[in-house]
Amino acid sequence: MLALTTLPDDALIDRLQHAAFAYFIEYANAENGLVADTSREGSPCSIAVVGFALSCYPVAIANGWITRAFAVSRTLATLRFFWNSAQSDRPDATGYMGFYYHFIDMTTGRRVWQCELSLIDTTLLLAGMLTAGCYFDGAGDEAEIRSLADALYRRVDWDWAQNGGKTVAQGWKPECGFLHYGWEGYNEATVLYVLGLGSPTHPLSDAGFTNWTFTYQWENLLSRDVLYSGPLFTHLFSQAWLDFRGIQDCFMREKASDYFKNTQDTITVHRDYAARNPRGFAGYSRNFWGITAGDGPADHEIRQDLRDRRCFGYMARGVPYGPDDGTIAPWAMLATLPFGSEQALEGTRHLLRTYPEVCRQDRFCSGFNPTLTKHGAGWLSDGWYGLDQGLLVMMIENYRTGMIWSILRKCPYVRTGLERAGFDGGWLSS
Amino acid sequence: MTITPLVDKSDDSARRELLDRVRPANWENPAPKPVYDLVIVGAGPAGLAAAESAIALGLSVALLERYRLGGNSLNAGSIPSKAMIGTARVVTGVRDARDFGGFVRAKPLVDFAAVMTRMRRVRARIAEYCSVDRLHAAGVDVFFGDARFAGVKVIAVGDSRLAFKKALIATGARPCPCDIPGLERIGYQTSETIFDIETLPARLAIIGGGPLGCEMAQAFCRLGAHVILLQNDPKFLPREERDAAELLSLALSRDGVETRLNTTVTGARMAGGVRLLDTVNNEVRTSVEVDEVLLSVGRIPNMEGLCVEAARVRADPAQGIKVDDFLRTSNRDIYAAGDVCMTHKFTNVAETSGRMAVRNAFAGRRRRQSHLTIPWCTFCDPEIAHVGMYIWEAKERGISVNTVTIMMQDNDRAIVDGQDDGFVKLHLKAGTGVILGATIVASRASEMINEMSVVMSAGIGMRDLANVLHIYPAQSDAIRQAALAWARPK
Ligand SMILES: Cc1cc2nc3c(=O)[nH]c(=O)nc-3n(C[C@H](O)[C@H](O)[C@H](O)COP(=O)(O)OP(=O)(O)OC[C@H]3O[C@@H](n4cnc5c(N)ncnc54)[C@H](O)[C@@H]3O)c2cc1C
Repeated sequence: MLALTTLPDDALIDRLQHAAFAYFIEYANAENGLVADTSREGSPCSIAVVGFALSCYPVAIANGWITRAFAVSRTLATLRFFWNSAQSDRPDATGYMGFYYHFIDMTTGRRVWQCELSLIDTTLLLAGMLTAGCYFDGAGDEAEIRSLADALYRRVDWDWAQNGGKTVAQGWKPECGFLHYGWEGYNEATVLYVLGLGSPTHPLSDAGFTNWTFTYQWENLLSRDVLYSGPLFTHLFSQAWLDFRGIQDCFMREKASDYFKNTQDTITVHRDYAARNPRGFAGYSRNFWGITAGDGPADHEIRQDLRDRRCFGYMARGVPYGPDDGTIAPWAMLATLPFGSEQALEGTRHLLRTYPEVCRQDRFCSGFNPTLTKHGAGWLSDGWYGLDQGLLVMMIENYRTGMIWSILRKCPYVRTGLERAGFDGGWLSS
Repeated sequence: MTITPLVDKSDDSARRELLDRVRPANWENPAPKPVYDLVIVGAGPAGLAAAESAIALGLSVALLERYRLGGNSLNAGSIPSKAMIGTARVVTGVRDARDFGGFVRAKPLVDFAAVMTRMRRVRARIAEYCSVDRLHAAGVDVFFGDARFAGVKVIAVGDSRLAFKKALIATGARPCPCDIPGLERIGYQTSETIFDIETLPARLAIIGGGPLGCEMAQAFCRLGAHVILLQNDPKFLPREERDAAELLSLALSRDGVETRLNTTVTGARMAGGVRLLDTVNNEVRTSVEVDEVLLSVGRIPNMEGLCVEAARVRADPAQGIKVDDFLRTSNRDIYAAGDVCMTHKFTNVAETSGRMAVRNAFAGRRRRQSHLTIPWCTFCDPEIAHVGMYIWEAKERGISVNTVTIMMQDNDRAIVDGQDDGFVKLHLKAGTGVILGATIVASRASEMINEMSVVMSAGIGMRDLANVLHIYPAQSDAIRQAALAWARPK
């Protein structure tokens, strides 16, 4: 096979997208549609990864990687599993109040690691379910997909999750109730609010979204006006599904921006930060960026090059406030394709040329740190993470055909959710 | 390795010097005047500033103090804590010398007794500015003893009964008592006692991640203790901006403080001669072995034994003495100032409110406490300082905010000094150059924030600020950089 770097752009993107998609086949349980969080031995299922998988099957059909029949059967297995899974406040259920635990057993679907009932991860799962529900328009099994997706979405009790608060909590545990982790400031939760507000059964309150935007920080950072959120992924997750081009909520109207443009500006800040490279990390440049949540070297107490070089393990890294330990997510630059292909491709090509080891079997690993070297090579995260692969498949597709965006533009719940959050203009007015 | 002690432990001169100044052993209260223009209860920063103002207005003044002149700030607050932090910074500077090409053969050793002796000397020296001699020379009648209201116009202290035209309550605040089961039994320190300890605890648990808890955690850690900082909130400095709190969190971990967020201490006990704290994080229960505990979970106003009811002064046990915007209590002739009534419990606020109360009471002024521009700082490294409104406060008032941020990473002096952690954030009224508030995280944010206080008090906007020459290179130039970034055409 030709080396990646020798391929023209289109072929390069195709190959990387296909390899990323293959993760969902290789690390799935065909019986119930569950997909592993990571490729590592014994990894449980992450419900968010399942949401990405469900969204990627239509992409794979369109690209001819799987048949429609295969996608239907896999999607149906997944939806049936969730529909029939245990919903209760017992500590080993799969979900409660229509939400699901963040990590569940690949076979039984039972909660593992005493993890939380996760609002954001359930949201990503639901986004995948709704994508499937909107995409499969045939009769028979495809009709069942539609009705199950609908029923699963309607079952979710967002009102309960708001718990009488101004904004939503991050999660809930049977052992201690709602988690009170602060969740202030802009982040990946836009899609959560949109789906929560769009619910015809138990929606979030109208004020929830506005109250959340009260915690936003509109900042001039590195000489650019942006709605700040540190880790890159927080700007991308909602936009894997939702087309924010040209639509504005009250906040963005006031700032004469939109969430799509804000992501473009944020990318500029990230590149500028990498070029300035304040901590003097190896590799950083305008074509080497992608500071986000992901795997990283663990907490070594290291001083190197006359500096503190302590590392943070798996963590949400951010720009410009940090934390930043010299680790980037190799997939992240390519995942920003819809927001500017030139910089995404330039960066990705530079990365593949300089550090080909970040992309084994054409698939990007979760984290890479060239500052922390062993035997001359940078630190590399083991295996692959499902979230990274899913986001990449979807963002590449949105760049090339806008497929996921156009599927969800037709979803009535999405429209209602956006409108209740105060969005208008652009495609919403047509 | 043994180290020769740097101080003679029997040398108690600093302690004696302090007491001579703030609580002389052979003190006798003066014979009271028939009636005082002003009787002040409490000789902390609020009471002292009030006394000075009253003397300047030519009034007769009695100042009543039950413990030591200088109050909490001098004796068990600002000064001792900052003295320890000063030492901790120097030690850390030595530790980090190698990053600058300096060479230190080994880890710096700390003689804790010497650290505390230096702290006491610093304290004794500063005590001169509020000494009994100085007050006496200025014409203030100083009375030591527990003061209490004995009527609407009379205060009793010791055997004396002082009649007043006006009175000021400036009794300050003290650490909140503890409701953790078992803690009382195993014993613990608070800010009132921690500056009297003689040996550095090997393992110190600090309960509470507010400003004081964080300051002490970093200082004790840098001086060599293993510090476990327990905070039941998702972040340290819950009232501070998220980015500032997160930077602090990183700085604490980098120094080696064991930080535990979202962690509640549910109980304390002895097991096998060891002190244990039981904690819960989400549903996970663990126990922490410690040698000493510092409880730092807030402050409550000092009103016990003061009998404010006798003077018809309304009060609330948690909020303190109730005052109006002019610092007057429900008794028209009685005012309050400082920690006993103010939301912001800081020395600068105590002093200013003390002065304001006197001027409002006697000089016919009508100065409002709500008009104060109040800067404050948490003295960690980097320091975290704030003045004016937070974004959420502005939004609550329906004001839309834009923020301009300069990272200290982009300030030449901070780079040169190797102190480039932090930022300057200026919060503006959207679409204007009007500055509503500022948050600064920097090595000496406490110094830099003062510029913002001046700027805001003088009503200087971003356009003018951008044209003010600053020293180059200087960390405070980051403030001008922010104004320039704002003024730059978009
Ligand atoms: C560890 C620590 C560090 C701090 N660091 C800082 C800092 O860096 N910067 C800052 O601005 N602030 C700091 N503070 C806060 C600052 O110390 C207080 O805000 C300040 O002392 C308040 O002054 P005050 O005059 O209101 O009260 P106090 O200083 O508490 O003085 C009140 C006085 O009243 C006396 N009193 C009380 N009741 C009676 C009575 N019935 N009769 C007679 N006398 C009575 C007390 O003995 C006391 O001396 C710190 C506080 C602590 C605990």
